[in-house]
Amino acid sequence: MLKLSRYVLYDIVRSKIIIAYTLFLFLVSFSLFQLEENESKAILSLLNIILIVLPLVSIVFSTIHYYNSYEFIELMLSQPLSRKRILLSEFFGVAMSLSGAFFVGVGIPVLIFSFNSVGLSLLFTGVMLTIIFASLAFLASVLSRDKAKGIGVTLLLWFYFTLIYDGLVLMILFSFSDYPLEKIIPVLSALNPVDLGRIFIMLKMDVSALMGVTSAMYQDFFGSFIGVLFTVGVMALWAIIPLRFALLVFNKKDI
Amino acid sequence: MRLLLLILLSTFWLQSLSRNITVAPNSSVNTLTKGLSIASNGDTITVKSGTYKDGNTVVTKSVTIIGEGNVIFDGEDKYEILTISASGVVIKNITFNSAGYSALKDFAAIKIIDASKVIIESNRINNAYFAIHVSNSSSVTIRNNTLFGTPKSEQLTGNGIHLWKCNNALIENNRCTGYRDGIYFEFVGNSVIRNNWSEKNLRYGLHFMFSNDDSYFGNTFKNNGAGVAVMYSKRVKMENNHFQENWGPSAYGLLLKDIADSHINGNTFLKNTVGIHMEGSSRIDIQKNIFKSNGWAVKIQASCDDNNFHQNNFIGNSFDVGTNGTMVLNKFDNNYWDKYEGYDLNKDGIGDVPYHPVSLYSMIIEQNPSTLMLFRSFTVQLLDKAEKMIPGATPENLIDNKPLMKSLKL
Repeated sequence: MLKLSRYVLYDIVRSKIIIAYTLFLFLVSFSLFQLEENESKAILSLLNIILIVLPLVSIVFSTIHYYNSYEFIELMLSQPLSRKRILLSEFFGVAMSLSGAFFVGVGIPVLIFSFNSVGLSLLFTGVMLTIIFASLAFLASVLSRDKAKGIGVTLLLWFYFTLIYDGLVLMILFSFSDYPLEKIIPVLSALNPVDLGRIFIMLKMDVSALMGVTSAMYQDFFGSFIGVLFTVGVMALWAIIPLRFALLVFNKKDI
Repeated sequence: MRLLLLILLSTFWLQSLSRNITVAPNSSVNTLTKGLSIASNGDTITVKSGTYKDGNTVVTKSVTIIGEGNVIFDGEDKYEILTISASGVVIKNITFNSAGYSALKDFAAIKIIDASKVIIESNRINNAYFAIHVSNSSSVTIRNNTLFGTPKSEQLTGNGIHLWKCNNALIENNRCTGYRDGIYFEFVGNSVIRNNWSEKNLRYGLHFMFSNDDSYFGNTFKNNGAGVAVMYSKRVKMENNHFQENWGPSAYGLLLKDIADSHINGNTFLKNTVGIHMEGSSRIDIQKNIFKSNGWAVKIQASCDDNNFHQNNFIGNSFDVGTNGTMVLNKFDNNYWDKYEGYDLNKDGIGDVPYHPVSLYSMIIEQNPSTLMLFRSFTVQLLDKAEKMIPGATPENLIDNKPLMKSLKL
């Protein structure tokens, strides 16, 4: 499997898109740290990149990669290799190259300029979101054979997770504001990995404001050890479950 | 010349009159009470090292009491240790342990009643109900003391340094930890609090009530239950203090309630839930302060008027200014806001577009705290941007017309 992943990785690096992406991330984060007067502002801008650009690139790149290497996958299927192994190698190749790009592009500047709890939680969230959206992309592309449709679905997914879901939550929070909503906030945030990642970073960045909320629910729940475990666990589930479904579909699929 | 000689001689004579009495554990004078009984005004009582369990000692003579070595006065959790009701008393270098608790009387390790010119210096007070309690006294100096308490509940814990109905007091270089209020002022005038350190107290690091014409500077208030409260006072000067890490749903770096004609200069507000909370306050000049990494840098209620915020740095706060109404009678000018996104075409260091420090989302959160879940999300940023273009819900007049492009060197 490692061998196959290595081929996939090599293939991705050769296409140079990933290198351009790394450079882009590196330049943006480096210049953000250089331009802004204080690092907290740079971190804030980076947060936007991680929550919006990163999922988009991750999901679109993975989908396009899947469709582009369709012939390679077909070729591999003619070999005595299990389908599970082929798809997993593809996934690991993509996920590794993307998170590698993120780690070099954003990780290095963050480690240089802002090596603290905020920076580290930013890196963790970035890597997790990259993997999660790659996994979602694999599920979406396995489901449809048509490339245009696949990309359309992934874009919709991205749109849903970064914008629509938050709008819905805002609506829920306002229409049920008379009820003790603090209790369902962990549930609401667990349903969207982007929100979960954002809250994870926010706990480090806006700790003073979060302590001000009447119930101090955020600090009590998300800030505790169980909360961190919850965040990490749910994010891992978000990476594993779509991939698991993709494997199920891929195993039964008529290629 | 002769007169001068006479004065000189008489002072020598007077000095030779003041005796030195020694209190030591294994001598005939083995308690402070015995020492006091043979002392007269102007004497010095030197207490040798040892532990003294003498219940309550009342000082009614103007004496200087100095501890030599490790002197411990133990209240055995039952007694008020020292009650001073004479003027000119000096208490120095003594450790007070375990003063008693009483629900009826405000028991203290050192209590000063109806006295003047008392000096309490370099003492250590451990586990008292009230540590130093001063009432109806003038010109009291409390300096270099370390007060350490084990806080229970707000009702069962007294204040570190408690002043009631005093004037011209000086509170300097004290360290106060684990009491209800670190320093408490009620009806205290013309007094100075400087370079104190007040940390981890149950309620306020410093609490002002009905105390006019006081000033405090160079103090550090850290991690107290609710920060610092200044209430119902006039002409208070607050300079170069540090307000730090006061966290909680109703914790403030500095709470101002019904304050008028005061100055807040050169202070640092770091990592508080709310930097300054203002209610019913008027004519306060807030200048050259640093607000950094607070939840809300300033919460200003609509009941405040004529307050002037200028030349402050607002850096890395979650929200800059919060308010509860659309009425704005306060001025915000020439401040540096790190969230400012305007431009400066004529390069005079002042932004050409006014800055709105109140964001829409800070108002939404005020109404519906659970929406904090979406803070910093893309949707919310869109909302905020739209509101900045066309202000609808946020107070239109709460603006900084001359926002600075670069932070001030403070």
